[in-house]
This record gives sequence, structure tokens and C-alpha cells, in this order.
Amino acid sequence: MTVYIIRRLMQSAVVVFLMSVIVFFGLHVVGDPVYMFASPDAPQEEIEKVIRQFGLDRPVYEQYWLFLKGALSGDLGRSYVFGEPALKLITQRMPATLELAFVALFLAVVLGIPLGLYAGLKPHSSVSRTIMAGSILGFSLPTFWVGIMLIMVFAVMLGWLPSTGRGDTVTILGIEVSFLTLDGLSHIFLPAFNLALLKISLVIRLTRAGTREAIHQDYIKFARAKGLSTSRIVGLHLLKNILIPVVTVLGLEFGSLIAFSVVTETIFAWPGMGKLLIEAIQTLDRPIIVAYLMMIVVVFIVINLVVDILYSVLDPRVRLRDQTV
Amino acid sequence: MKSLKIALTTGVALAALTSFAAAQELTIGLSSEVTSMDPHFHNLTPNNQVADHVFDSLIGQDEKQRLVPGLAVEWGPIDDLTWEIKLREGVTFHDGSTFNADDVICSFERAPNVPNSPSGYGTYLAGKTFEKIDDFTIHAKTPEPYPLMANDLSTVSIISDETGCGATTEDFNSGAATHGTGPWKFVEYVPGDRIVLERNDGYFGEKPEFAKVTLKPIKSGPARVAALLAGDVDMINSVPTTDLATLKENSDIEISEGVSNRVIYLHMDQFRDASPFVSGKDGSDIPNPLMNADVRKAISMAINRDAIVERVMEGQAIPAGQLLPDGFFGVSDSLQPEAFDPEKAKDIIAEAGFPEGFKLRIHGPNDRYINDAKIVEAVAQMLTRIGVETDVETMPRSTYFGRASRGAEGDLPEFSFILVGWGAGSGEASSPLRSLIHTFDKDAGFGASNRGRHSDAEIDGIIEEALRTVDDEKRAALLAQATELAIGRNQAIIPLHYQVNAWAARKGLTYKARTDEYTLAQGVTSSN
Amino acid sequence: MTAISENHPIEATGGERVDTPFRRFAAEFFESKVATGALILLVVIVLAALFAPLLSPQNPYDLAQVSILDSRLPPGEKSMDGYTFLLGTDGAGRDLYSAILHGLRISLSVGVMSGIIALLVGMAVGLAAAYWGGRVETVIMRIVDLQLSFPAVLVALILLTLLGKGIENIILALVVAQWAYYARTVRGSALVERRKEYVEAATCLGLSHNRIVFRHILPNCLAPLIVVVTVQTAHAIALEATLSFLGVGLPQTEPSLGLLISNGFEYMMSGRYWISFFPGIALLLTIVSINLVGDQLRDVLNPRLKR
Repeated sequence: MTVYIIRRLMQSAVVVFLMSVIVFFGLHVVGDPVYMFASPDAPQEEIEKVIRQFGLDRPVYEQYWLFLKGALSGDLGRSYVFGEPALKLITQRMPATLELAFVALFLAVVLGIPLGLYAGLKPHSSVSRTIMAGSILGFSLPTFWVGIMLIMVFAVMLGWLPSTGRGDTVTILGIEVSFLTLDGLSHIFLPAFNLALLKISLVIRLTRAGTREAIHQDYIKFARAKGLSTSRIVGLHLLKNILIPVVTVLGLEFGSLIAFSVVTETIFAWPGMGKLLIEAIQTLDRPIIVAYLMMIVVVFIVINLVVDILYSVLDPRVRLRDQTV
Repeated sequence: MKSLKIALTTGVALAALTSFAAAQELTIGLSSEVTSMDPHFHNLTPNNQVADHVFDSLIGQDEKQRLVPGLAVEWGPIDDLTWEIKLREGVTFHDGSTFNADDVICSFERAPNVPNSPSGYGTYLAGKTFEKIDDFTIHAKTPEPYPLMANDLSTVSIISDETGCGATTEDFNSGAATHGTGPWKFVEYVPGDRIVLERNDGYFGEKPEFAKVTLKPIKSGPARVAALLAGDVDMINSVPTTDLATLKENSDIEISEGVSNRVIYLHMDQFRDASPFVSGKDGSDIPNPLMNADVRKAISMAINRDAIVERVMEGQAIPAGQLLPDGFFGVSDSLQPEAFDPEKAKDIIAEAGFPEGFKLRIHGPNDRYINDAKIVEAVAQMLTRIGVETDVETMPRSTYFGRASRGAEGDLPEFSFILVGWGAGSGEASSPLRSLIHTFDKDAGFGASNRGRHSDAEIDGIIEEALRTVDDEKRAALLAQATELAIGRNQAIIPLHYQVNAWAARKGLTYKARTDEYTLAQGVTSSN
Repeated sequence: MTAISENHPIEATGGERVDTPFRRFAAEFFESKVATGALILLVVIVLAALFAPLLSPQNPYDLAQVSILDSRLPPGEKSMDGYTFLLGTDGAGRDLYSAILHGLRISLSVGVMSGIIALLVGMAVGLAAAYWGGRVETVIMRIVDLQLSFPAVLVALILLTLLGKGIENIILALVVAQWAYYARTVRGSALVERRKEYVEAATCLGLSHNRIVFRHILPNCLAPLIVVVTVQTAHAIALEATLSFLGVGLPQTEPSLGLLISNGFEYMMSGRYWISFFPGIALLLTIVSINLVGDQLRDVLNPRLKR
């Protein structure tokens, strides 16, 4: 297993390196950041000063070499726009994004599992049909459109919930969180729900499918025959068996939550790293784009590795080794 | 849609109730995000407007960009090459230190030399030497007579020589060095989310009405309006033109609007005999028709400015005939917006040797000016109707400006026909004249944004003379003359309109509209 | 309808029933009223997109036909030339009804084009992996896994940042974001088929690789592929809309549905609901109908869920 992990880590390093090459060189073909920042009436010498300062007067491969050297010592460059280290800016905004993603995950489980169970246990009732139709809608509706609609209905028409920003935060263990204050909670609900919608639909379908398969299996039939109450069967036996695939899938989907937070954060002005990325793309703040990607690649690789390892620990049938057929 | 409107109104009523409870606090939704709290880091409107809360400059600009005393009480030339500036006494910084000439000198030393600054203040300080005469007197010397000294000095924030001058940009972001003399004290800066400031009760000028202000960046227009209607914020800036009519009808919302210093105009390729995005109707190469001033005039005539103002800008603009709206220093009294006359435009183009018309591509940004992409499309429609078949390409400003300025070989402008805007930061006509109209001269800093490369030695001479003329009246006349020749005779650029900026606030608050588009919390007053 | 006839082979090989497999398949499909309705709707939408130039009264991309003076008119208003705008006009004065039909055309063609190319790429890669196995398979599947661990939206967003706007670029970005799904599906079902006796038999008969792969293995992988194709096409359309909304998708002058919605977003607060509402409905109907059809296909083609 250790050999396997080492091999995976080496492969990951190659991926991170290739990714950095593609993105770095790709970005250097796009646009001209200097004109994004220099004031339009700046004389040429001022513009050239900025070009030199960002190191843009050097050939690209030299810039890349400098970037690589910095990256190895943990420095992913300095944002053109903010003048601060890109990594710092991203980690500064990471808690907001992670919080949003976790709350969305929580909503997906809390709403998705009961609805899915119901739809699975009573597949032919009209409520179940409504739930399933809803889940199809949840799958189909583009996130951004739902976000707009949520703002329209809940923030503007009804005036129940705020539409932008993060609200009051409290600091726990040095991390700012907003779900512990009432104001923060009211701010997080709409964006988290928006982000969760796709996952709620996913959980509903997984749970329903799991339920429908499980109720025909022997252990449930046996439990029924023993005369256990329906609620006990569902609560104890059924749920336990359904939860494993649901939790695994959600673990893997966490990465996609972080990715889609780009859209949600843009609509709800949520001060997370997704919004930072979109703004960096708009202003061509190359160091931030590169640093964000490096970071996200690493995060995803870690998530996948952890899921694989956990899998092998939980399920002895799964062997961690490269496929050699 | 009636139900929507009712819903909107109830939402606002609810919101109004909740926000009155906290009348001492003000929350403003801003369309732009500050990139740093360091007032010398980035010379950019969003940053300057936030800096103006915490810091003062020697000379201030009022809402019409007229110069008013700031940390300086008097200023003026004492000879051709020297300006004397008398400083205000008895002012303290937020860190408790006393303001004097040392703070000014060290601020001017730091401002052009901030590490990693993407766009600094060197432009305003280059070529000037500052000398401390006594604690409250400073002399500024230039190698040549320089009339714009006071305008330049109004742009640079003064920081404290004790806590500010040796500080890094990070120190300003964390608040450790963010001590100015301004009407607000720094409380908190959460990048991307909010800036919190509290009233400086020791401010030397008029103290702000509110005890605390929160500035929140909300970039998307509809989201900003939604936040106002939902009561999340008390006031917003740059109200989207499309929402203005609805908000004006809303009795719970107050609007203030005013013309800005920004003109939206078209640049035309006047330096290539064959222009890359111009061709004959059949796609063949043709001599560049935009070289001909008559053709440029015809294009100007073909544009229905009133239609753009009415339909695209929804009334939030004024048709333009020159570089700055009436009332600004150095504008011409005689220039009027070109009258819409498509028939005559067609005839002129035929007479100029293009009876069939020609093909043209217009380029423009889609995220820079109010409704920019739509204006581009409207212009293309209008030109197509007089036989100048025009297609449209818009792009984000991150790619647009670089290509427009030096996208072609030899760092030349890439496009043939573009839409751009110009805001005169100095609030007078020399700013657009030297950057847009003067012949491109890299070394002298002239024509930096002259993307059509218009060039006329006579006009250049007048502009340069104006820039040496300290006498206000004479300078104004020279600037007006240069504008008349450039626009009226040469059609160097085609002005379309001046933007009108609008702010919206909940009922009971008023804001004095500013021509420089700044949103300043100290300018917000409650009317009850 | 092509999807159904292409399906023929699987049923033929596994068919034990008396009635023809196609009829059985169709009967099962049309058992669900919802799915039937969705299929009809989808056919109507596709036809409308195909014949958009004939159905729309205005060519929304011809600037000579569009006038700014007609901009932002509510549904039912008349243009300067006396034509009635059924669904109103957008901010540039385009007839929304025409713009939606043309936008549908762009959205669908982006979705379908990227789907087809991704399908071909994924199929080739997946088949290669399954058929050759060994190192080829290890390397290919490692790449596929890696690609799948990155959310499509992020991959496409980054690619478009590098490539810039444009219809070819967005198709390319969608292909890159999606090919791995097809590759995984094809390989999965091809592996199952490869171990079956008929392939062994074919190999023993000395049939060529190509013949075995394309005449025997591939047709038997079609069932799960069809489901993936429908789901991914819907996904591609939604993704394109999202990317256009984020400002990296299609150019503004020839708007897809996503861009129409995005353009209309700024009018939402001012009560001009029609500018983004109608394109939104068109997008919704398209995606929902594809998904419903895909759902029913999954149920019908997946023996595990048979009642």
C-alpha cells in the first residue's frame, strides 16, 4: 500500500507540473495585463516600469522558471491587482468557500435522504412522483438561473433573506465562520441552497434507487417477517445500507461543489475563492489564476487519494494497486 | 408585472423599517471592489474613492471637481517655476501624530515608489521637486511653467511619516498603517466582502453624519439593486440604466444623478493606408476611407445620438459634441453634437469615392463602460443602414485594451474603428486633449491613448502652449480652440455621449452626485 | 428517433421474446406518459431549431433588420415596420421570438456537436483501453480518472479563459470536459462484452481486430452509451449557458439561449421579465425534455430496474 501511495503521489506531481506548464504558457498568450492596470493617460515610461516590475519583459520560459523556483519554496507569485502573495489571498478566502460547500453538503443530506427514502418506499404515490419530477428539475436547471430566481423571489419579492455578502461572522480556531450567527445564517442559506440543489437531486435519486433495490433483499424481508416495525426497518437496516454509497458519492462530489461555487459566489457576491477566480480571469490577474488552479489540483488529488485509501480500509475486497490486466 | 411591483414595494417598506432602527450606521453597495487599502498602491477610481474616506490630499475636489482646500489652505505660483503651498495647522492623524510638512514630503516620496504597484502615482509627481520651507510651507518646483500643479496634487493621499511612510501595502490592508487625517477611521477590511469605517470625531472639516459606514462591493448591477430593495444596503452607486425608471417611480427610493466627466467616443484608424478591418463590399482591399475627414464626418452624421441616449442608455446620457460636457474648464462654447442626417451621410460617402459604401468592423469592450456592448451594436446598426456594412466584435477589457493600444505589429493599435471612453480625472480639457488628440509621442507622454493616431501639428502646438500657460483664462481659450479644430474641423474622434451617473438610496438619504463618479460616505446626508 | 433504431442490435442479440425487440422497446418507452410527452416536445424543439430561419420573422443576426429603436418592447408591441413582436424585443431591438429560435439552434448545435465529438473521442479511447488492456489501459484509465476528478465546469472555464470566446472554442472546451465520461462508459461495457463467449469465438475464427471491435463489441455497448449521450448533451447545453453567463462563452452578437438569459439578467429588476424569462423557459424545456427522455431510456435499457 505504501508503494501504491508513493506511486500515486509521484503521478500527482507530474500532473501538477504539466498543469502548471499548460496554464502558465496558455495564460501568457491571452491579453495584456498591463493595460488592465496602468491608468490610460500613463506615459510610456510608466507603463514600461510596470511591465518590468511584473517581470513581463522577460521571455515566457524565464518567467516560468522563476515561477517554478518560487513555487518549490511555497511562493506562487504575487497578485498583480492586490500586490499580495496569491496563495495568501486564496487561503484568506478559502474558509468562506469551504463553509458554503459544507453547508450545501449538509442541506443535500438533510433534504435529499428523507425525500429519497419516501420516494423509494412509496414509488407510486403522487408525492413521490412530485419529488422525482422535482429532482429532474433540480438536475436540469442551470445553477446560475436558479440563483437569479432565488434572489428575485426570496430577497426581492418576499424580502425574507439577504441577497449578497456573508453577513456577521464569528472566529473559531482562527477561522471566520458565519453559520453560527443569525445574520450569517440568513446570508448563507440562499447561496448554499443554490449550490446544493444539484446534489439534493443526486441524493434523492441515489437514496431512492438504493431503497428500491434494498427492499427486495432478503435481510429486509427477514426483518419484516420477524415483525419489526417499518420505522425500525427503515431507520436501522435500510438506512445503514443506503448511507454508504450516498456518503461515498457525496465525498467525491465535494470537489464539484467547490467548482460550482464559482457560479454561486458570482451571483450572491459571496466572498470566497471562486469569486476571486472569476475576477482574476476578468482582470487577467495571472498569478491568482495559476495559484488557484495549482491549489485546486492538489486539493482534488488529495480528496481522491483519501477516498481511495478509505475505501480500501473500509472494504477489504478493494485492493490498492495499479491495474495490470 | 403588477404583482412584481407590489412585491417590490412591500419588500422595500419592510426594509425601510428595519434600516431606520440603525440610523447611525450606513451601508453602501459599491459597483467596484477596492484592490488595496494602501492609498498609493493603485491609481484607480475604486481605490481613490475609498482612500478619500480615510485620507486627505493637499487639495480636495468638490462634487464638480473644483479644487477646494484640503490639507493645504492656500496654494499658487510665486514665480514661473515655483508653487507655494501653505499647509493646514492643528490637524492630527488617526494615530495621534501631528500633520506637518514632513508628512507631505514623505508621502510624495513613497507614492511613486510602492513595490508591486500595478499603476502608481508617478505620473502626477514626475518632474516636480518638493522642498520644505518650514513646518507648514512647501515649495514645488518644475523645470517649465506648469499650470496643472494643483490638479496633480489633488490626486495624492497624504500619509503619516510616523506610521505610514515606512509601511508596506500589507500593513495598510491589515489596518496597522491605515491612519490618515480624513473624515473616517479604518476599522476593518475583509477583501471581497466589506470595508468598515467609523467617524473621525476629530476631523478638521465637516464631520460625517453617520457614526459608522460599511462599504460592500456588489459588482452585478441587478444584485446591487436587489440588495437596495431588500434593505441589505442603504445606498448604491452606478444604478443600472435599465432599473432607473422603476426606481424613480418607487416612492421609497431616492435617486441622485449628475453628468460625469466621461465621454464615450469612437476612434478611427487615421494612420494606415489600408486598414485591417475595412474592406470593400465584396471583401476586396480598398484604400482606408477613414483617412478622409469627410467620411469621418459622414459617420458621425449617420449616428443617431438621441436614439442611443433614449433606447440604449434609457436617458442616462447626454449627446456629446466634444470631449467634456458644458461647464468644465476649457470646453468650447460653439461645438454641438453632430445632427443626425443619414441621407446626407450617404451622399458624402458616395462623393468621397465609395458610392457602394464599404465594410467595417467595430470593436469595443463589453465590461468597461455603461452598456458599452449595446452602444457598439447600435452604432453598427446605424452605419449598416447608410451602406457602411458594419459587424461587431466585443471582448472583455482584459483583452480589449491591450489589443486596441498595441495589438498590431510594431506595438501599433490593432483595430480600425473602436469604441472607448475617457474620464477627465483632472476635471478639465487638457486631459483628453493631450492623451487622445495630440500626436502619439511615446517619449514626451503625449497621445498615450491616441488609438486612431490622429495627428495635426497645428493642434499639437496649441495643446503644448496651453500646457505651459499658467493664466487660467488664456489656457481655457487655448484648450477650447484645440478642441474646436480637433473635433469640428478634423473629426479626430467622434464623440457619442457623456455618461450620466446615478445613485439610489433609501428614502430619507440624499447624495450629492459627483462628476468624478466617486461615492463618498461623507457626502451622504439624511434629510430628516 | 434515430436513437431508437440504433438500439436495434442489442435487443437483437439478447432477444428472447417473440415480438420484435424494437416494438417491445418502443412499447416500454411509451408506457410512461411523461416520457412520451417529453419526446414529442424534444422533437418539436429540434424541428424548431432546424427550421429556425424559416419560422422566424426576422434574422436577428442581420444588423440591417434590427433597429435599436425597437429595443426593450414588451410582448405584443408593434415594430416601426408594423410587425408584432410576439415575445417582445431584447436590449438591442432583436425580436425575441426569432432570437430564441436562433439561440436554440446555437445551443443545440453546440450541445450536439460537442456531444458527437466527445462521443467519438471517448469511444475510440474507451474501446482501445478495453480491447488492448495492459499498460495501454492503465495509462488511459489513469488519465480518464484524473479528468473525471475535475469538475467539467472548471475544466471548461479554464480552457475558455485560455482560448477566448467563440463557438469552436466552446465546443472544444466541452469536448475536453466530457470525453472521459464516454470513455469510461464504453470501456466499462466493452470489458463486460469482451469476456463473453461470442468474442472469444470470433477471435478463434480469426476475425480482424477491427471487425471484432466495430461489428461485435461496439454495438453491444450502445445501450449505456445512449443514456450517457442524452444526459451529457443536456449537461453540455446547461454548461454552455453557464459559461456564457460567466462571460467566457459565446460572442454577444449571435447569442445562444444562455447568453440571451444572461443578457436579460440585467433587466430582471426593472420588470422587463420577458428578455430573460422566455429564453429561460426555452432552455428549461429543452434540458428537461432531454433529461426525461434519457431517464426513461435508462429505465427501459437497464435490466436491473425492470419491474
